[in-house]
Amino acid sequence: MFKMHEKKNKRIKSFKELPGDITRTAETVGIEETEKRRSGSFLQLDESALFARVIGRFKGQIEIMDTKDALEKYDWLHNYYWKLVDMDKDVYTKKAEKEFMGGYFLRILPGEKIQFPIQSCMYISKQRCKQNVHNIIIAEPGSEAQIITGCAVSRDIKAAEHIGISEFYVKKGARLTSTMIHNWSMETKVRPRSAALVEDNASFMSNYVILNPVRDLQMSPVAKCIGKNSVVRFSSLLHAENKSLMDVGSRVELIGDGSRAEVISRAIAKDNSKIIVRGVMQSENPTVKAHLECSGLLLGSKSTIHAIPELLATGEGIDMSHEAAVGKIAEKEILYLMSRGLTRDEATALIIRGFLDTRILHLPSSLDNIIRGLTEKVAEGL
Amino acid sequence: MYNILEIKNLSVEINKKKILRNINITMWGGQSYVMFGPNGSGKTSLLMTVMGMPGYPVKKGKIILENKDITKKTVDERARLGMGIAFQLPQEIKGVKLIDMLKISAGKKPNQELSSDEKKLIKKFMLDEMLDRDVNLDFSGGEKKRAEVLQLLFMKPKVLLLDEPDSGVDLESLKMIGEEIQRYIEKNNASALVITHQGHILEHMGVEKACVLLKNTIYCYNEPQKILESIRKNGYKGCLRCMKRRIKE
Repeated sequence: MFKMHEKKNKRIKSFKELPGDITRTAETVGIEETEKRRSGSFLQLDESALFARVIGRFKGQIEIMDTKDALEKYDWLHNYYWKLVDMDKDVYTKKAEKEFMGGYFLRILPGEKIQFPIQSCMYISKQRCKQNVHNIIIAEPGSEAQIITGCAVSRDIKAAEHIGISEFYVKKGARLTSTMIHNWSMETKVRPRSAALVEDNASFMSNYVILNPVRDLQMSPVAKCIGKNSVVRFSSLLHAENKSLMDVGSRVELIGDGSRAEVISRAIAKDNSKIIVRGVMQSENPTVKAHLECSGLLLGSKSTIHAIPELLATGEGIDMSHEAAVGKIAEKEILYLMSRGLTRDEATALIIRGFLDTRILHLPSSLDNIIRGLTEKVAEGL
Repeated sequence: MYNILEIKNLSVEINKKKILRNINITMWGGQSYVMFGPNGSGKTSLLMTVMGMPGYPVKKGKIILENKDITKKTVDERARLGMGIAFQLPQEIKGVKLIDMLKISAGKKPNQELSSDEKKLIKKFMLDEMLDRDVNLDFSGGEKKRAEVLQLLFMKPKVLLLDEPDSGVDLESLKMIGEEIQRYIEKNNASALVITHQGHILEHMGVEKACVLLKNTIYCYNEPQKILESIRKNGYKGCLRCMKRRIKE
C-alpha cells in the first residue's frame, strides 16, 4: 500500500530554507524555526534526514546527527542499535529495520547540563509516504537535557505511515526529559516503538502529547529501571476526535533497588473516536514504589475509552498502586463555574483545559507554554 | 435604601413533593438577613432556587432582582445580573486553579492581572499561597469557606447568598470574613441572605432581620438575637409549638 521514496531530499542548513507551510506546521509541534531557545536541531523530511546541527555555544556538549551517519562514524554505536527494542517484535519493527531511513542519533556528553531543549522534527510532506526512522539517544553519566520531538504531516496528505524506533540510554546520574508532540491527520497511521534503559540514580521523564486526529496510533514504550534509585515517569495528554483510534500505553519494569515510577495519562475522546489507555508496572523488588493513574473524559455518546491498568508485583514489600476514572464532565462542576458568571460553554472549556493539565508534564515554562497553547485550542474548539 | 430582591409566594416542587411553600422575603440595600431552621427544612434549597440552580423547579411565585423578574433566568445569567452564592459544600475541580476562579469572579481574562486591592484581599483571606492549587481540592474546611467568600466579594454582587459561611471556620478567620462581608455590603449598598446554625457570623455582621424556615415555609420574622435566643432556649420544637399556636389563632 505504501511506497518507498527513492529520491533523497537535498540536505539543508536550517529550518529557514523550508517552505513556510512546513515550518508553520512544525511550529504546532514545538519546533522553533529560529532555534533561539534550542541547543540543537534535527529534521527528517519524509524518508531523508535533511539536517542536524548543534547550536554554537553547545558544541562540545552534545552531538546530533543522522543515525545512518552515526552508525558509519562510530563502531561502538552498534552496541546500542536495536539493543533495547527487539527488531523482531512485530511487523513494524521488521519494516523499520528493513527499510531504514535514518532518524537522529543524539548524545549528551558526560556531566553536561544543557540549558535549552534539543529539538527534532519528523515531518511527512509527500502523499502515501512511509517514514521509518530509528533514533538513538544517549545521556552520558551526570548529564541533563530536554528533548522535544515534534512529528507532523502536511494538511493535504491523503495517506501516510510513520514508524519511529527510539532507544534511550540514560546512564548513571543522568536526567533526561523527552517530550513528543504529534500532529497527524485522519489519514496517518503511526507506530512508535520506544524503549529506555535507566541506570543508577538516573531519571527518564517521557511526555507524550497528541491533540489532533490520527487514523490509527499504537504505541507502548517500555522503560527498564535497572539502576539503584532510578526514576521513570510517563505522562500523556491525549485528545481523540472524529474516527481516531489511539492505543497508547507504557510499561515500566522496576528492577533496581529503590527505583520509582509514575504513569499518568489524561484522555479525552470525542465523536466516534476510541482511546485505549494501557499501563503496566512490573517488579519483583520489594524496595520499589510505583503509581499509575488514568483519567478519561468522554465527550459524545459514541466515543470510547478503555483503561487497562496492570500491576504485576511479586514479593512482599512492593508498593504499587493505580487509579482509573472514566466519565463525562460532572454537571456539578459546570454549575459551580456558571454560578461565577461563566456560560455553559465557557465553563465546559475551562474544565477541559484544566483536565488537559500541562502541569503533569513538569516542563520548563517555554515548552509548557507551547503545549498549554495547544490544549487551549482544543478546549476552545469543543 | 432600596428594594434589591423580592421573593414572592415562591413554591418549589420536586417529583410532586413540596420543597418550599409560599416563601416571601424582601431584601433592602445595605441590610442583611439571616435564616435559621433545622436540618432538612429547606434553607439550602431556597438559596439554590434563588440562585437558579437546576433541579429546583419553581411551581409558583416570582424572584425579582431590582424590579426585574429573574425567575426564569439561568444560573449564569443571574450571576451576571448581580446574584452571588457561597456554597455550603463547594465543588472541587481538578485542573482549575483558585487563581483562575478569582479572575473569573472578578470578570478578568486569564492573562489579566488582578488589581492591587484584589491582591491585598487575597492576602487578608490568607489564600495567597494557595492560588496555584486546584480549587477546593484538599482545602481544609476553613480554606474552602474563605475561598468561597473571597470569590463572592470579587464578583461584586448585589445580593450575597451565604450558606453556612461560619461552619468549620476558626474564630479569627470568622471575624475577618464577617467584617469583610459587612464592609462590602455597606460600601456597595448590597444585601446578604445568610444561613447559619450557630449564629457565630452574626457577631461580626450587622444583620437586621431574621426568619425561621420550618417545614419548607417561613413563618417567623423577628430580630436575629431574639430568634436565636428562643432557638437556644426552646429549640425548633419550641418554634413548632409557637407555629401551631399561631395557626390556631
